[in-house]
Amino acid sequence: MGFPLRRTALAGLALLALLALAAASLLVGVGDLAGAGILLASRVPRTLALILAGAGLAVAGVILQLVVQNRFVEPSTAGTAESATLGMLLVTLLAPDAPVVVKMLAAAATALAGTALFLRVLRAMPLRARLTVPLVGIMLGGVVGAASTFIAIRTDMLQFLGTWQAGDFSTVLRGRYELLWLAAVLTVLAYALADRITIAGLGRDAAVNLGLDYRGVVAVSVAIVAMITAVTIATVGTVPFLGLVVPNLVALAAGDNLRRTLPLVAAAGAGMLLACDVLGRVVRYPYEIPVGTVMGVVGSALFLVLLLRRDAGHA
Amino acid sequence: MIETQDLTRRYGDTVVVDGVSLRLPERAFVSVIGANGAGKSSLLSMVSRLLPMSAGRAFVDGLDVATTPGDVLARRLGILRQDNGVAARVTIRDLVAFGRYPHSKGRLNAADRGHIADALAFLDLEPLADRFLDEVSGGQRQRAYIAMVLAQDTDCILLDEPLNNLDMRHAAAMMGLLRRAVDERGRTIVAVLHDINFASCYSDRIVAMRDGKVVAIGPPEEIVTPEVLRAVYGIDVEVVVVKGYRTVFFYR
Repeated sequence: MGFPLRRTALAGLALLALLALAAASLLVGVGDLAGAGILLASRVPRTLALILAGAGLAVAGVILQLVVQNRFVEPSTAGTAESATLGMLLVTLLAPDAPVVVKMLAAAATALAGTALFLRVLRAMPLRARLTVPLVGIMLGGVVGAASTFIAIRTDMLQFLGTWQAGDFSTVLRGRYELLWLAAVLTVLAYALADRITIAGLGRDAAVNLGLDYRGVVAVSVAIVAMITAVTIATVGTVPFLGLVVPNLVALAAGDNLRRTLPLVAAAGAGMLLACDVLGRVVRYPYEIPVGTVMGVVGSALFLVLLLRRDAGHA
Repeated sequence: MIETQDLTRRYGDTVVVDGVSLRLPERAFVSVIGANGAGKSSLLSMVSRLLPMSAGRAFVDGLDVATTPGDVLARRLGILRQDNGVAARVTIRDLVAFGRYPHSKGRLNAADRGHIADALAFLDLEPLADRFLDEVSGGQRQRAYIAMVLAQDTDCILLDEPLNNLDMRHAAAMMGLLRRAVDERGRTIVAVLHDINFASCYSDRIVAMRDGKVVAIGPPEEIVTPEVLRAVYGIDVEVVVVKGYRTVFFYR
């Protein structure tokens, strides 16, 4: 339906851009690429990690936006990211020698609990204005974050906390990022549920009318979001704004029918994170700026543009 | 066919729907009227399985709505509530296609596509089909949702205030379309209406509610009378017959 030719062309272009960015990510850096050593040990893992995390976070963002029916939520404005970080902190304190998979699962559990709390608070609010929804999430995240900071100060863990809070791919090496493939698995799972998540995005009444198990779909969706968030925080740290900006841009251009747009969301997420990371690597060459910081600057600027454009377009 | 037995909804000590037992005719347009807070929407929501009942039962084609699986009911009953506010950004064609979800589970076959094209044509939405829902007017969006419910191809359709936000012209056009869906397609439509004159001119049967109870049920000739309307709304009105239709003057 629609314009298959234009869509194919668009998809081709997106894929090309993504490949170009991946190539740039492989080539930019201080080390000498003469031997295959650095390439295989560091550059390829870093590039793959960027693609996996970028795609995963953008997909998590769009799922959360549909399920909450609000364009301004993403894991870091819904208490999800902060709750995952708290989970990482607690499991590191209680079981410092646990393998990273276990830590990730603990983070996923707290992320799920935090997001469920967010949804509960929203349900208790009789009137929800568009902007109060992310404000509630940011406040919830603030409270959870404050608890993490308090615990970290008392236990001398502030440095660890910093590594989970600020997304950074400079330490990604072979053997330290593979957990991120789980984000790819979750993205494929989300694609299998694409119709159901889109219908949930039409609201509870419409979903019930169409015979959808609304609560079940929301629960699975939130679980996917929590897992993706946890797995990225456990491996590379929090990357803000990506899950907010990318789905909004894709929705403006191509809408929200996930069956059609989810691949685009994933590709755009990967592309944007790659671009920001390469930018952070060249801007102060040979030093690096963490991608979380670059993303914060680029993302907030883009977000502002979106916000102004939206209010101008739709009263 | 829609049937309720002693259907009741309470919020704490407040009873909004009070033991309503109804058996609605098939292939008919049924209006539900009553003052604000009379329990019309709650009644419809319980039959629609959007609101759990406090007591009593509701049946659609003999299926108990409280125990029948959602996807089975979705092939027999289409429902549309008023607040279709911020939703996913999908095109009108996609929205109407989702109406086939109960049948197709996302894999559209030729029959599904036929239903979609038919619903788009019936509501005159073809020129707008590839527009996004947030790019059309409120009236057009309303029509798109009705098209989705029609594409669902259910015998019964429940509509909660389908004329909300529509001006005179679009409200009359909408009622005309719904009437045609009954006459030409044999659907059963039950709609909560606030405009007594639309209810009077288009309905086969009117259900009048007050304080959670059904106070009268019958064809417009029996319901649209000063006596019944005083019992329903608590005001004195004048009923005038215009072009054979009973209309109500109550403006001053």
